[in-house]
Formats: sequence, structure tokens, C-alpha cells
Amino acid sequence: MSRKQGDTMMLETPFHSRVALANELNLWEAWSGYTTPSAYFDVELEYFAVRSAAGVFDLSPMNKYRITGPDAGAFLNRLVTRDVGKIGVDRVGYTVWCDNAGQVMDDGTIFHLAENDYRLCAYARAMDWLSWSALGFDVSVVDESAEVAALAVQGPTSCSCLQSMGLDGLETLKPFGIAHFDFEGEDLMVSRTGFTGDLGYEVWIAPNKAETLWDKLFEAGKPYMIKPFGSQALELTRIETGFLQAGVDFVPAQETIRPGRSRSPFELGLGWLVDLNKPVFNGRQALIREQQIGSRYHFVILDVDGNKPAHNSFLFKGQQQVGTVTSAAWCPTAKSNVAFAQIETACGDIGDQLVAEIYYEKELHWTRVLAPCKVIDGAVFNPARRRMTPAVAY
Amino acid sequence: MTNYDVLVVGGGHNGLICAAYLARAGRKVMVLEANEQPGGAAASREFASGYTVSSCAHWLTQLSPQISKDLALERHGLQLAARDLDSIGLAPNGQHVTVTGSAVEGAALSEEDKLAYAEFHRKTIKFSRLLARAFAERPPKLVESNLTDRINLLKLGLGMKLLGKEDMSELLRLALINMYDVMEEHFDNETLKGLLSFDGVLGAHMGPRSPNTVFGYLYRRVGDVHGYNGPAVVKGGMGALGSAMADAARALGVEIRTASKVEKINLDQGRATGVTLNGGEVIGAKLVVSNADPVTTFEKLVGFRNVETGLVRRVSQIRMRSGVAKLHLALNGLPSFSGLTETQLGQRLVIAPTMDYIERAFNSSKYGESSTSPALDISIPSVHDSSLAPAGKHVLSAIVQYAPYDLGQGWDNHKEAFTQQLIETIGTYAPDIGERVVASELLTPVDLEREFHIKGGHWHHGEISLDQVMMMRPFPGATQYGTPVEGLYLCGAGTHPGGGVMGLAGRNAAREIIKRGGAA
Amino acid sequence: MKKYDAIVIGAGHNGLTNGAYLAKAGLDVLVVERNAYIGGATVSRELHKDWIYSNCSYVCSLLRPEIARDLELPRHGLQVVPYGGSATLMKNGDHFGYYYDHERLHREMARFSQRDANAYERYLADVMKQTRLIRPYLMRRPPDPTSLKLRDLKDLVEFAGSFTALGEEGLADTLKFWTMSVGDFLEQYFETDVIKAHLAGSGIIGTALGVYSPGTAYVLLHHYMGDVDGNVGAWGFARGGMGAVSSALAKSYQSYGGEILCDADVDRILVRNGRAVGVALDNGDEYHAPVVVSNLDPKRTFLDVMDATDLPPDVVKKARNFKIRGSSGKLNIALDGLPTFRGVEKGGPLATGEMHLSDSLEVLERAYDDWKDGTWSKEPYVDMLIPSQIDPTMAPPGKHMMTVFVQYAPPKIKGREWTDEDKAGFERTVIDQIASYSPDFKDLILHCETRTPRELEAEVGLTEGNIFQGELTFDQLLFNRPFPGYAQYRGPVKGMYMCGSGTHPGGGVMSAPGANAAREILQDLKKDNTVPEGYADD
Repeated sequence: MSRKQGDTMMLETPFHSRVALANELNLWEAWSGYTTPSAYFDVELEYFAVRSAAGVFDLSPMNKYRITGPDAGAFLNRLVTRDVGKIGVDRVGYTVWCDNAGQVMDDGTIFHLAENDYRLCAYARAMDWLSWSALGFDVSVVDESAEVAALAVQGPTSCSCLQSMGLDGLETLKPFGIAHFDFEGEDLMVSRTGFTGDLGYEVWIAPNKAETLWDKLFEAGKPYMIKPFGSQALELTRIETGFLQAGVDFVPAQETIRPGRSRSPFELGLGWLVDLNKPVFNGRQALIREQQIGSRYHFVILDVDGNKPAHNSFLFKGQQQVGTVTSAAWCPTAKSNVAFAQIETACGDIGDQLVAEIYYEKELHWTRVLAPCKVIDGAVFNPARRRMTPAVAY
Repeated sequence: MTNYDVLVVGGGHNGLICAAYLARAGRKVMVLEANEQPGGAAASREFASGYTVSSCAHWLTQLSPQISKDLALERHGLQLAARDLDSIGLAPNGQHVTVTGSAVEGAALSEEDKLAYAEFHRKTIKFSRLLARAFAERPPKLVESNLTDRINLLKLGLGMKLLGKEDMSELLRLALINMYDVMEEHFDNETLKGLLSFDGVLGAHMGPRSPNTVFGYLYRRVGDVHGYNGPAVVKGGMGALGSAMADAARALGVEIRTASKVEKINLDQGRATGVTLNGGEVIGAKLVVSNADPVTTFEKLVGFRNVETGLVRRVSQIRMRSGVAKLHLALNGLPSFSGLTETQLGQRLVIAPTMDYIERAFNSSKYGESSTSPALDISIPSVHDSSLAPAGKHVLSAIVQYAPYDLGQGWDNHKEAFTQQLIETIGTYAPDIGERVVASELLTPVDLEREFHIKGGHWHHGEISLDQVMMMRPFPGATQYGTPVEGLYLCGAGTHPGGGVMGLAGRNAAREIIKRGGAA
Repeated sequence: MKKYDAIVIGAGHNGLTNGAYLAKAGLDVLVVERNAYIGGATVSRELHKDWIYSNCSYVCSLLRPEIARDLELPRHGLQVVPYGGSATLMKNGDHFGYYYDHERLHREMARFSQRDANAYERYLADVMKQTRLIRPYLMRRPPDPTSLKLRDLKDLVEFAGSFTALGEEGLADTLKFWTMSVGDFLEQYFETDVIKAHLAGSGIIGTALGVYSPGTAYVLLHHYMGDVDGNVGAWGFARGGMGAVSSALAKSYQSYGGEILCDADVDRILVRNGRAVGVALDNGDEYHAPVVVSNLDPKRTFLDVMDATDLPPDVVKKARNFKIRGSSGKLNIALDGLPTFRGVEKGGPLATGEMHLSDSLEVLERAYDDWKDGTWSKEPYVDMLIPSQIDPTMAPPGKHMMTVFVQYAPPKIKGREWTDEDKAGFERTVIDQIASYSPDFKDLILHCETRTPRELEAEVGLTEGNIFQGELTFDQLLFNRPFPGYAQYRGPVKGMYMCGSGTHPGGGVMSAPGANAAREILQDLKKDNTVPEGYADD
């Protein structure tokens, strides 16, 4: 009996044949309707591949919207909080977008592909909101999620891997820059972007070339110890480097059902993405009001004592419960026990001491720890090579 | 470049009223009207040489007496050719039903029905009085009410409490249910039920069976509270009302520029700063007040791209598709309606012989078809006002339901046939109408949209149904005339309390602007 | 003759629930039932040998889990099995599959419109926002806005508080939801006809209104109010048919010492000196108790089994004006095998749930136009299921039982009573309609029971055959259900109570009205409360 794609619950990405072969653990999870690996061979080894050599992550299921037309830039500028005019052609910008109440609907990246031509990558599906937002603009919005295959190639040897695949001159690409290469007659787009906080690239290709790309990349990367990595290793890297995950560190505003459960950019520590000088953008009026009356919460990164991750912990200051942890991990490179948390605004300045209530289990024995923790200023992993151009070669 | 305190976009009656009150409070105001004449939908038109009718609304039934007085409209030329007219429900068998204020007469009418009507009228007026009070104030906000809102809400609540527990629960029930059930509860005579239920759906995209239509009826009866014991006819047509209002406004210092179509409302850093006319002329002001409907205001004048997406969605979702057309006939003499005397021809004549008749007429419009047997509200104003037609000739004006805005086959292909069908429908009651017609005109919702710049051609600038009235009108964030765009107010029928040549939207908006110290 | 502490009229699910909680509190309770069998509209009947028909209510979701657990219904034999997926077959040969799996559903919607597929997420969130407001009130008596009693004021403040927490925009959405038509509501989200039509069905089921009638958006909400094991909005089959619900309730009730008397048609509620004192059956027997609870609909209760002279005049008038309209019928069909539905995988994920045949709002609205005209719909809305695909107890192996809910069917045909010819015509209309999507359907029919509003009224005792004991429009909800001033289960006569679907929170096999009424009765009797509170933040 054979099954057709689409008749099954889950779809397969354009790289699936290769991913499935590489997935020695046969551990899978669902991501946006696609079957994607949680881990390929060992989470920790995958993690270290990314941190010490190069790791490859299949990000094809990412929601991708192509925005074109004379008003494309103006449309995006009204949609998102930051000034899109400052993202030049062949540049990428990280941003958030809000609803009318100034609550974050999603975060994502804007790729300025050419004049009047952009790609918006998003965690949540956005066709409904984008369509409403397009009224009054001469713009076309197309969901191209299935038309573009993508891999993240991340880590210190990532540039070398790609260079040895023939991407000459890639080392001169600046962070958040975009370059194009010919790949067997197809356009291969490379952006110096990623979710690991290190030197890294994302490569974008037509689905029919996906398998060839995978094969060539792994062949070329072999001397540079290239390995695939799954979502669990990615989770470690993104916490270590201080990146928020939609759906984990905040609930997209349009998905919240209970009043007050969404968050503003300020409350997520993303105020730097908000440009209130733009005359109009979604959430502007509410965000101006929030600046006047103050936020309800704020985002902190905590350095937690001990080595037990503070998953789902309540946080206390003295006797008072002041917040909750949204993400937590022991970070192997930085050797830090990091947690992201939402704190009531009254406390949580850099250097503040809090206590995390942690429960952990060893051989069915549960222990409750009240671990001291400190609010720290920024991520624990932030290597210089991440920013260096030309990229460091190995 | 002269700078104004306030620019009013659109010289419809609400715009003129708003401007007049603002000028009276010392603001330097200019009204910009796209058409040649001020008055908006309060207009008259010579649709055939020598024959003039009111282009849109043809009865005056609701205009707030306070406004007439404040603006001294009579001094500025407003004259009624007739008032307190009867409403006559026509029955195919000639056994018509005549409503005169609180009484009803008719050959086929039982004593029970007559008594029941008097009682029904008493009850509904009581409720409408409450509505009238709420209509004269800005609606309270749903939440975050300030003191004024709380007082208004309290007044409304108190008013309801004063009705007594019984009447209060009856009002709550009535406001939500349909005319069909209420008519069945009260009356036997089909024509009476048809006549009254037509008042509940007049101008609406609803039928007598649609819930909420009792609210529509109570809405109409606010006119009774305003002192109209039946419809009135304005001498010279409704255009004369528009002129009187324009003169009144001018007398208070308002500058009115006609033939000046506003192309857009200008913004600077999200704040309204003035307007640009279609010739490119830019006029600045401290405040801009739009008498246009909310969709036109935000989609066309402000531009959806200049406001937030949430607002775009709210505005786009306002239901504004009209199901009403207007028929104008030039007649070479008075038609003879079976069972009616010549003087009765000057009354309001309604062709809605049964509730099912209206409901069936409505059915078609749900599917983008015009009614095969439409319901009509007919006026022959020339009976009262000889200036409207050449000597011995007459004009007939009819409100036609239902004629959907989105006609499946398109109006261009159907206008002529529908006009013919309407003449035939009237012919069932006035057999000689066909031979009397010397000229005719049908204004479909599409024509009304073009003529009066109202999206969807909807007279009320948006359906009057419970989800679009009071503190829901026109949408949250703009229910108190101010809008999310700083410096931009709304004053048209799209705001509380709605349309119907009542004038309260314009007055309430002006009072709100003055209260907030706008443009002071 | 034996004297009871309380008598409940009608052994429907609410009557039994009410009886169970009263008996649990130690009262001596009698439930009297007109029919020879219990259950009211919650029954499993073997009308064709070896086939079990849920011949009235046919699916389960709304039954309050607090009650099921508290009355130990699983121990008394109730098992609710969720089913996934449903479909609307289209005239053009295509179909819309409403897959249980979110991602697959997204893909299916995207096949018609990318935008709709994404808007569905907004739709679902918005619907859930609204159900969250109402769900906490399912297991509570509604607040009375006209009362000045402390308890009522406290309720009211809390009630108002949960609404103002929504903010202006949120509250406006709620008010819109309660007043708008399901058609207009869905048009705020979707552009595809068949998607709107598929979802709109929930807005009209059991209601004598069309998809474009204001007020129907709330009816849709009502159908999302339930859950299966915490999965809000999900539906399931009661194993063994809906009779399993009433049978479990009856066993629970009897385990607390309650008595049931069948074939006992109540002629009237006895009132002496302004107090209810018992019931008189039409055979002349009298049963006495200081508490009489009516599980009948408000019209039956006040216009039929109570004497106008025993009632305040306003109640008679309100009962007369109470809107309760027959709008639906039912076909229960024994099938020789599983029918094939054009384009839909036999026994696949779509065929195990509901199947519909109305592929646009216009088709649905036209079906309603026929009802207004006093006839059954020429192209009716059907909600058909074959529960024997999931529940092996409903039909012999390899055979199937099909339940077809049909709307619209008016209580009267052009103003006169239904005749047998009408009924046959109605049956033909429905079977022909189904057959046009299923070529082998007709040949598989072994037996068909057809129920028009006439049968529903005559057999179950629902006025006009209205399945909810009264329209679920805002004028008859919460503190207005059944009438303002009488919405807290207490009748106008001392000792007389109401516990049917005609009271808050309304119809569907929910049991909440029966339980809430018991709480009020026990309070009046100064007995300890046995009725559970609703689960928090559900």
C-alpha cells in the first residue's frame, strides 16, 4: 500500500529522503504540518557539532511569505514595529509585529530580496492578518512556504563548508547580508542569519534541488565535521544565545484566549525593535500608551545556581512570587544554567537576586530546590566570530 | 491659505448641523460638499423636466425639534407642505388600513385590533421615549467609562427601572425579537400587521421574521417622540431642508463650499491636519470632521494604509449593503387608487399587504435578486405642494424594498425591467398608473452610492441592527465620535444614533468636540 | 398514598439528573414518566430487530463532565467515545473534509483558500474566547439583574467583571456574537462557500432561524460549549446509543434510593393555598410532595399541566409568548452495509463523523425559506452519522445504523397538521437527497424510522418538536430563560420548580439545568448542597 503526500497527517520536507537516512534515532516531531527530526544521533553531540564545527538544520517548514509590488516596503513598514526602510536590498532584519493592542503576534525575519520584493519568515501562519493588512496597498502577498526549501548551516566551520561547496567569496558576506550563487543552474540564496548565535548561514533553494544540495553540502563539509542537528539541539543553542521562541516564551497574541496572556514587545525585552517615530504601524498607539503608563511584565535572562534547569519554575523575591520561567537549559559551552523569565515589573533589574523553585527527579526521587538566581545582562554565549567579516576560516 | 478650526467633510444634514453647532460655539468652520447643492441625501432632484422629487428620503419623520429650534430652520426657509399624515396600508381587496398617530381605522378591522393597536402604540412610544433620550447623548463606552458615561448609563438604566420590572423585561425581550412574532401576538388583520412590520424593516436588509426588527420599529417611533404624529412633507422636497440647514449654518458663520470634493484627509504623524480637494488644493484645520460614512472615511479619505490593520478589519466588517431603491414617476394626472379618495392620495401609502409578502420580497434580496413583488412606501408630494410638478401634473416617489446592492445580474441589465415591474406592482392598486406615467427614474443602491457617495448606497451609513447600534456604532474605538486618528471625528449617520434625517449624530458629535475642547 | 419529599415530572436526562441530586441529599424522590420507557429525548430504542436507534438526540458533547463524574455515570455504564472528522459533500463532486487533525484540516482548507485556512485559527480562538465566558456559568444559576438580593448582586458583579476584563474591543465582539447572524459572523472570517456552510450548520441546529437570522451566531457557540475529556468543542458517541446516558443517570438516581414510575402521564400539578403539593395523573392517581419539579418545557409546564388560576397572569402570558418552534425532523435508518459516499473514503476519517450535503450559505438559507413557507425544505440541511462504525453495539456485525438529523421541518404544514402523506414525502425528500451523493444508499436500507415535529411532540412531549425546549436566542438565554424574573429555576408557585432545557443554560444533553435546579431546591429546603461546582479555567 502506498500513501500519497497530503493524504497523510504529516507532510515531508524536500530534504526528507536525506533527513530520514541521517536520522539514526528515528525520533520525529511535528512542525507546522511537517515531519521533522527531534534529534538525529545524540542531542549533546549534535549540539557540540554546531558549537565546535558545523551543524545543518532543515528549516523548510518555516512559514514564508513573498511580498511584492510598488507598496511592498510601505506595507511591511505598517505591519511591523521597526523601520523597514532601514533594511537595504540584500539585507535581512529581525522584527516583531503586533496587533492593535500592541501585543506581539509573532517574530520573524524580513529578507529584502530586491526593490519592492521581500520575503517574510514567520513562526505562525499569517495569511489572514497579511491579507487584512494589505487592504489599501498595491501589494501582492503569496504563501511560498512549500516553494522554498531551506537549510541552516551553523557553527564556526560553516563558512568553510559552504566555500568548499563552491560558494566563492562567501567570507565577505556581512551578518544579515544576502548573497546569490549558481547551484547547478538554480539560484542558491545564502543569508548570513540563524538561530544559534554563532557564525552561520541559511541557504535557500528550489525544492527540486534540495536533495542535491544536501548531498553536496555534506560531501563538501565532511572535512569540516559537518553534522545534521535536530530541534532539541537547536533549543539549547537558542537559549544559550538569548533568542526567544514564539509559542514558548510568548503566546502569539491572536492565539491567546484568556485576557491578558499576550505580551507587548517591551514586555519581551524587544523594545529595541520598536520605532515609535514611524507615523503609523500596527500597535503604535497602544505602545505609546504603554510607554506612558508602564508595562505589566518584563523579560529577563537568569543565571541560576546549580546545574538543574529551572523548567517551568515559579520565581520568588523574598516570600513574594514575582514571575515564571518560560525557557530553561543547562548551556554546555557557556557552562551556565540559563533561564528566560517573565517578571512583574516591580523587580528584575540587572543584578537582582531571585529564587527559582525547581523540581527535579533522579531515579523516581523528586527533589525541590530553591535555587538562587541572578538577573544577567544579555546572553551567555556571544562569540566575536559571529560578527566578524570576513568570516573566520578553518 | 486660510486656516480653519474645523473642516467638515460632506455637507449632508448631519455635517451641516454639526458645523452649525460648532460655529455657534465660536469655531471657524468650513463645510466641503462634493455636490452642487448642500444637503447630502436631504436633496431634491428634477428628474424630468418640470418634475421634482426628494432624491432620497421623502418624508420628514424624525428631525429633532431641538435642532429645528436651535438652528431656527423655519426662519431659514423650512416649510412643511403637510404634516402628521396618515399611513395607509393598501390591501389588494381595497379594505385598506389607516394609521393616524395612536389610532387605526379600516373597514376590515376588528374592534380588538383597534384597541390592541392603541395599547401597542402606547407601549412602544414609552420605549421609544427611552431610546430618544439615549439618542440625544453620546453613547457610553462599553468599558473604561468615565463619569459622564456612567451618568448616561445610569440615566438609561434608571429610565428602564422607571418603566417598572414588567415593562423593563418586556423591552429587553422586544428589542431582541422580530416584528413577525410581535405582530402575531397583538393583531389579527394581515394588512395592519404588514403595515406596521414594514416600519420595522424600512431601510434595512431584514425581513419581518428577522430578529432585531422590533428595534427597527422602535427606532422609527422615535419620530413620534420628536413630535411627528405621522410623516411630514417638506415644501420643495427634502432639498429645501438641506438649503434651510445650509442657510442656518451660514448665518452662524459657517463657510460652505460646494462642488468641492474632498480627495483625502491629510495626516501628519498620525494626526489629521486638513484635507486635499480633488483639484489638489490643500486646506488645513485643527480638526477634521467627516460626515461621510465610516467605510468611505477610512478606506477612501484617510486611506486604509494610514491606519492600523485592526481598524481596517473593523471598518471593513460594517454591514453597509443596502437593499433599498428609489422610484420616481412623473404623472400626467393623479392616479386613482381603488378604495382611496383623492385627499387620501397625499397620505403615506404602503404596499406591504401581509408580513409574508414582505418576507418573500426580502427572500429574493438575500440571493442577489430583486423582489418579484416588492414592498413600497409611496409618497405623492405634489398633492400638497404644487411647485413640484406642472399644473395638473404630479410626481410619485416610492421607497422600494428590496433591491439588493449586489444584484447578481448587475443593475444595468435590470433597471428597466424592474422599473416596469414596480409600475405593475403599483398598478395592482392603482390600475391607471401605467397610462399616467410620462417619465420615470429608478435610483438603485448603486446609483445612490454614486450620487451621495455612500458606500453600499445605505441610507443609514450602515445597517441598523443590534450589533451595529448604540455603543457598537460604528465600531469600538470610534463610538463617541472621536476616532483612533487623532484630530478626526465622525458626525454622519454611521455614528450613534444613526440616520433617518434626525440630525442627532451631527449635534452629538459637535457637542462632544466642544466638550473635549477640540479646536478651541 | 405514599408522600414524597419531591416529585420530578419527566424522566428525561435533566429530570433524572435533578432527581439524582435531590435523592443524593437524602430526599425521598419520585420521577414520573409518561412513556413506558425513560430517557425522554435521550433514548436508545430497538425499533428494528438487532438495531439500536438513538432516535432523538444522537451525539454527545455537552454533558457536563462534573456531573458525569459526580454521579458516577461511567460506573453505571456510560462511555462516551469521541469521533473525528466530518465532511460536506458538494454538488460539483468535490467535498470539504473537516479533519480532526489540525494540520490536515489546515491543508484541506488551504485547498480552497490559503486565507481561510489561516483565518480558521482566528475563528477558533475567537469562538473559544466566547465559550470561556459562558462555560463557567453552565454549572451556575444565572444572575438576576432585576434582583437586589445580596447573593444576586454579588453574582452580577462577578458576571459583569468577567466581561469588562475583555476590554472594549473584546466586549464588543461578545455583544456582536450574541446578536449577529451566523452567516454574517462567518463572513468575517471566510471567503469559501463550503467552509462557511460546513461551520454554519451548528448555528441553526434545533433552531427555527436561518443562517442569516440575527442571533444564530450564539447557537453556534452553544454547540462549542461542550467537551469530551477536556477537549473543548469535541463531540462523541455514547456507547450503546444515547439511551446509555439516561440509563446511567437512572441507575445513579436509583442507587441513591430514587423511584421511577413509568406510564404515568401527569394531568396537572396540584396547587393548594398557593403551594405546589403534588401531581395528579390522568388515570386519577395523585402523588403528593412539597416540592414538584417540572422537566417539561415552559409551555407544557404553564399552559398544560398547571392551571391558569394557580398562576400569576404574567406567567401565562410569558409562557404563551415563549418561543419554541419545531424546526427539525429525524430519520433513523438500519443499513445492510456501509454506504459509499461519492469521493469520500469508505470508513475513512471523514466518514466516521457528521456528513452534510449543503455546500453554501444560500442553500442553507433557502432551506429556511421553505420552513417560513410552512413546508419542509426541498433541499434540507442534514447532519448524518453512522455511529455503528465506532460503536459495535448499535447494529449486527457488518451492518450499520445511520442517524440523520434533518432541518428544516415545520411544526405544521401550511398551517395544518402533518399527515402521513406529508411524512412520507418528507422521508422521500431526505432519502433522495442522500442517494444523490451515495449511489448504493437506497439499496442498503432495511428499515427507516421517520420523525417529524409531530412525532417528536407526540412521543417525547417536546412542544412543536423543538429539541431545545425553547429557542436559544438571546431574549431567551441566561436570566431571560425561560422568562425574566423566573430564571433561577423557581416557579411562580411556592414549591414548584423547573429543571428542563427550557431553563438556563439550555438544551442539548447537558444535564446542567437539572443539576442547577437541584442546587436551588436544596438551598430552599436548607439541605446540604450535593451539586458540584464547575471545573475552574476550563
